[in-house]
Amino acid sequence: MLAFSIFATEGGLFDINATLPLMAIQVVALTYLLNSLFFKPVGNVVEKRERYVSSNLKEAKNKLVEVEKLEADLLSQLQSARTEALKIVNEAEKDSDKLYQEAVELANNEANASKEKSRLEIESQTSSARKQLSDQADEISELIVNKLIQSK
Amino acid sequence: MSFNSLITNFAELEVGQHLYWQIGNIRIHGQVFLTSWILLGALLVFISLGTKKMENDPKGLQNLLEFLWDYIRDLSRTQIGEKVYRDWMPFIGTLFLFVFVSNWGGALIPWRLIKLPSGELGAPTADINTTIALALLVSLSYFYAGLSNKGWRYFEYYVHPTPIMLPFKILEDFTKPLSLSFRLFGNILADELVVSVLVFLVPLVLPIPVMFLGLFTSAIQALIFATLAAYYIGEAVEEHH
Repeated sequence: MLAFSIFATEGGLFDINATLPLMAIQVVALTYLLNSLFFKPVGNVVEKRERYVSSNLKEAKNKLVEVEKLEADLLSQLQSARTEALKIVNEAEKDSDKLYQEAVELANNEANASKEKSRLEIESQTSSARKQLSDQADEISELIVNKLIQSK
Repeated sequence: MSFNSLITNFAELEVGQHLYWQIGNIRIHGQVFLTSWILLGALLVFISLGTKKMENDPKGLQNLLEFLWDYIRDLSRTQIGEKVYRDWMPFIGTLFLFVFVSNWGGALIPWRLIKLPSGELGAPTADINTTIALALLVSLSYFYAGLSNKGWRYFEYYVHPTPIMLPFKILEDFTKPLSLSFRLFGNILADELVVSVLVFLVPLVLPIPVMFLGLFTSAIQALIFATLAAYYIGEAVEEHH
């Protein structure tokens, strides 16, 4: 049976009656019901999780900043330690250089002194030898002179 | 044989017939309440199951409900604005869920198999009373939202760019519920009619794509209704400068 009565006295597509306010009341009641059954509990859980995630993220970011600071600190410490070590090495090199120089100088001085000493000794021996030689030459010449005189 | 009698011989379509319940001296459409109670009952069971054991690490049904909650929050936040969307989220969400569940329930469940003495079961939103009730609730809500947020300054909205707008803005207060209710009613009723007529004419493959189209239309209509309701509330609470 097709009953296509749009504006019939009984029924019809646009039959507006007490269904309207009752349905409105039902929807309002449903709003309160869904609010307490669905929107509030789910919202609490979701927002709690969102807060948890964002606070953790913030904490992690803070920690990352701290780590970066520590890393920079350590790097600067390493740098200063390196320069200090370099300084110490340089100083030690200089020290050892100085010691070497001193030792060399001392040895040179010693050598020079002993050289001088032997030179003086040689000189004195030479002069004494010379003197002896000249004495002998004098003697010989005297002898020769005497012989010449005798032979005359 | 006239067209009418031809149809009468085959059709078992019933349009504009209702199952009347008499309460005191008021009459209501029983089939609308019957289907809405079944569908809303299913919705409430679904929601209670999903929120029974809420965990911080969501699983299964809770995940789906959280997705739904997030969807409704995004919808109300974008339309109403950061400041007051919280107050109106349950209302917008209820409208969306009610319309969506009604539309899909009407399209997916073979109500035809249940015989009533008069009229037939179907989507509650295919009844003009339901859609007008929803639309009037939206009208009341945006008036209430505007007045409670801005007091009498709400009426500045009517003369907002220039006082010339006044008659149009007043007219809008009537066209908003009218268009809301008739859009929803027309779409859902038309979808039900097209499917029934097609099933009646070609009972095999042909109605299936139309049924899918109907599901699509149903979801879209729910979204449109909720979005427009949120937009109207957002418009009412918006501060003009």
